[in-house]
Amino acid sequence: MIDYHALAPDLIMAGTVLVVLVVDIFTRHERKYLTALTAMAGIVVASFPLVTLGFSEVGARTMLDGSYVVDEFAIALKAFFLFVAFVTVLLSFSYIEGDRYYQGEFYFLLLSSILGAMLMASARDMVTMFVALELVSGPAFLMAGWRKGDARSSEAALKMFIIGVLSAAVFLFGMSLIYGATSSVLFADIAAVLSAADAAIRPAIILGVLFILVGFGFKVSAVPFHFWAPDTYEGAPTPVTAYLSVGSKAAGFIGLLTMLYQAFRPVADIWGPAIWIIAIASMTLGNLVALRQENIVRLLAYSSISHAGFMLVPFAMAFVYDDAGLDQAFSATITYLIIYGIMNLGAFGLVIAASRRVGSGNVSDWNGLGQYSPDLAILLTIFMFSLAGVPPFAGWFAKFEMFRSVANAFSGSDGAVWAAVLAGAAAINAVIAFFYYARLVVAAWFLPVKEGFVPRTVSVAPSLAFALSISAVAVMVIGVLPWLVSEVSQFSTLVAGG
Amino acid sequence: MEWFDSGWGLTLIVFIPTVAAAILLAIPRSEEGAAKMIALVASLISFFLSVVAIFQFDFGRADQMQLGTKLEWITSINANYAIGIDGISLPLMVLSTFVVVLAIIYSWDHWPEPHNPKAFLILILFLATGMAGTFVARDLVLFFIFFELVLLPMYFMIGVWGDKQQVTLPIVNRVVEMRLYASIKFFLFTLFGSAFMLLGFLALYFKSGDSQLGIRTFDIEVLSDIATRVDPGFLGSAAPWIFAALFLGFAVKVPMWPLHTWLPDAHTAAPTVGSVLLAAILLKLGTYGFVRISLPILPEQSMNWAPIIAVLAVISIIYGSLACLAQTDMKRLIAFSSVGHMGFVMLGISTMTTIGINAAVIGMVAHGIITGLLFFVAGSMSHRYHTREMSRLGGNLKLMPVMGGILGFTAMASLGLPGLAGFWGEFMALVGAFNPLDGLDLTLFRTAMVIGAIGTVLTAGYLLWMLQKVNLGEPKAEWASVELHDVERTELLAWVPLLVAIVALGVYPKIVLGATDPAVANIVENITRAVGS
Repeated sequence: MIDYHALAPDLIMAGTVLVVLVVDIFTRHERKYLTALTAMAGIVVASFPLVTLGFSEVGARTMLDGSYVVDEFAIALKAFFLFVAFVTVLLSFSYIEGDRYYQGEFYFLLLSSILGAMLMASARDMVTMFVALELVSGPAFLMAGWRKGDARSSEAALKMFIIGVLSAAVFLFGMSLIYGATSSVLFADIAAVLSAADAAIRPAIILGVLFILVGFGFKVSAVPFHFWAPDTYEGAPTPVTAYLSVGSKAAGFIGLLTMLYQAFRPVADIWGPAIWIIAIASMTLGNLVALRQENIVRLLAYSSISHAGFMLVPFAMAFVYDDAGLDQAFSATITYLIIYGIMNLGAFGLVIAASRRVGSGNVSDWNGLGQYSPDLAILLTIFMFSLAGVPPFAGWFAKFEMFRSVANAFSGSDGAVWAAVLAGAAAINAVIAFFYYARLVVAAWFLPVKEGFVPRTVSVAPSLAFALSISAVAVMVIGVLPWLVSEVSQFSTLVAGG
Repeated sequence: MEWFDSGWGLTLIVFIPTVAAAILLAIPRSEEGAAKMIALVASLISFFLSVVAIFQFDFGRADQMQLGTKLEWITSINANYAIGIDGISLPLMVLSTFVVVLAIIYSWDHWPEPHNPKAFLILILFLATGMAGTFVARDLVLFFIFFELVLLPMYFMIGVWGDKQQVTLPIVNRVVEMRLYASIKFFLFTLFGSAFMLLGFLALYFKSGDSQLGIRTFDIEVLSDIATRVDPGFLGSAAPWIFAALFLGFAVKVPMWPLHTWLPDAHTAAPTVGSVLLAAILLKLGTYGFVRISLPILPEQSMNWAPIIAVLAVISIIYGSLACLAQTDMKRLIAFSSVGHMGFVMLGISTMTTIGINAAVIGMVAHGIITGLLFFVAGSMSHRYHTREMSRLGGNLKLMPVMGGILGFTAMASLGLPGLAGFWGEFMALVGAFNPLDGLDLTLFRTAMVIGAIGTVLTAGYLLWMLQKVNLGEPKAEWASVELHDVERTELLAWVPLLVAIVALGVYPKIVLGATDPAVANIVENITRAVGS
């Protein structure tokens, strides 16, 4: 039986995707902004059934023999993705309109990608998940190459495409191994088989799990599968970069976590240590390279690699956690992901706005921003310190939950040393990260304007200003009242039952 | 005053400055008069309410948390908006609101460059919230937030309004402005410490869940209760690590040798008001953390670490004093003197006796008002002379008699002259070290006492040396043609209350000790019980 109430958000988004194309056909050139308005209207409408689903008493709604589940976890994440879509449309609006071509197609692609992310939140089998994952990535390749005339934009798209295809192949190979070993694609069934699997098929399981891990590693740009990200992020149009670093990355994370958590939970001893290494490598390498960046978008690209490391930290101790500990790790990562998404969107929005004003995306050109544009400089301060995890901005709670999860591992005696190293690495990295975020703040407030520099007299587009305001308000409110996010993440632990 | 006692009073004390800061954000930058007035009124209300708190406070129950409340905050981790004050936090909270008022009065017509009163006042007001908040927090997460909240305003204060002198960085050999170097150094040191402190808090949280109480909690009182009554061994083998993590967080803030290196740079580079607030309040957050969190929750580890802390404290005293003697910059000398004075506070804490911890609290208050005033005077002097080089100063008493007199008086208080505020902290810390808590190494502490006593002589030495160079003698020829005016109205308004406080505390230390003693006695009693059992 199909539960249309449960499917309504996804169906509305799918419908909106098509309506945007139709609107595009029937509007004249100078009225193409209607496509963006259609997209936003669709997003808003799609959020209504999410609200009613959130308040319904039915609980988890399972469809298609358990392949597709709409539970509180899925609802919360769908809401998050709709928020991301909304903000991304706002960020893109003035940027894409400035280019004056293919506006309708842009929003069509963006919404398709978001639809994939929404499916991802509900996918509970390997095939559905693969389809969702590719639906997220496919449109993203095209969006990355949006500025056709720009060689770097084309390079960005090409790099992302080749890596995307590679990771899809690796991912599929891993899935086929797991399917061979367990003869099921459903996560719940896989977990059941794995917990009772005999030693003979263990090599196949190990290989399968690791291949899937590598596939996701590319998607979330964790070290050592990260090298495409900085080039792609720098070359792609900045609103697209914002989306890649938040929306498509979050979708990858959700897929990874759901899979590890639901399907591969019995074999945490295989993937736990691998995640431990990836987490430390991502945090450290991302941070150290970010220290050397002159271009702000590249800096944020490396910072997003290091954030991927931080997000994996809670799962790195999976091999010592009991069930409650694993639940908590899951909710810590989701909390981190949501807060990171909001503040990173804000940060990229700020980069779009300030780069226009300054006329450059290099740190040293931003000197003295606070003197001629205090409002942008205040926003910069909020987002950078939030990314650095300084209270009272939202980022502190993300880091707090991450540390809480690691501290939990101290109670298990066998993992204490591993946990201590991990916690120490995370703590030191949190300090290093502050250093490069502070560089931007130092440039904006502490340093004088470069001699002979004249800022441009462009005002911030209203849509962009709106996006920046909602992100900034969200960052500050969540910083003071973090339960707004933590309650949502708590739902996600219910996924354990599935 | 039902509403006041039920937590509203403390909440208003903490958050009125934030509200004022938000109002300031909304008014245009050109409205300087209005900005100043709003900030002053807000800080006065906050101070007035903290005076009301003194009268509402029941000194008979000074060992218990009072005037507080506990509201649900982050339910998923059982962190609450739990506030309250006992005899130890009361004087420090009053000190913080008091100094903020004086800082704003002093700022009235002393704006450091680049002139921007609105932004500067907003930072002071945010600092006020963070400082008062740390002293009233009863929940570790809340404490952490307030503890960190002071970083950002101080970072901006140093970075924007700080010293523009060029310095050559060690190792990398790059030339940067002092303010840039000092601000980032200040932030990184503190952030490094507090990352580990947070890990320590989290470990306490999880361990409390495994204790006989069975509930994970961040509540400081509940954790102390577990540590001293319910289940003293609840931390198991993790205890030394947890203590070490907290130690790192607090010791950076105090600062204790060898983690002190941020302090001279930050104090010297900060604008006058920044130095005053740093010295008077921010350093106390670290020592307060030891008294409020480390001692009650980790009594046994505190015992184990006490000798190490005592040794580091004594090194801080001697090192701080010797470093002072090597300074040519007056402000830097005062900055280094803080290292020595905070060494006495830590020595008092390390004895783990009633008298030692009382000494620590009164030492904190005394250092707050004395060194705060010293930084005020040093700032005003460098404002007039445009130099802080002591070799160029001299004969200040002749050029500016009142200013010179205040400097001399405050220096006397700082060196611990009996009858003035500085005396009690040093004297009682040494007495405490003579007879530390049972079980601590007597020889070590008595040696520490002797070295500490030598430290008091060195302290007197460098302060008198400074007075001799700056205040006495004949004025240098270069000042003959310079117009130097003596203290101004706003300066007097800001300083006289501090002078009065120095005398009052010196003559009648019971102002502070009357409040702290029951609370300290309670802590020591709990420690004795926990260690004894």
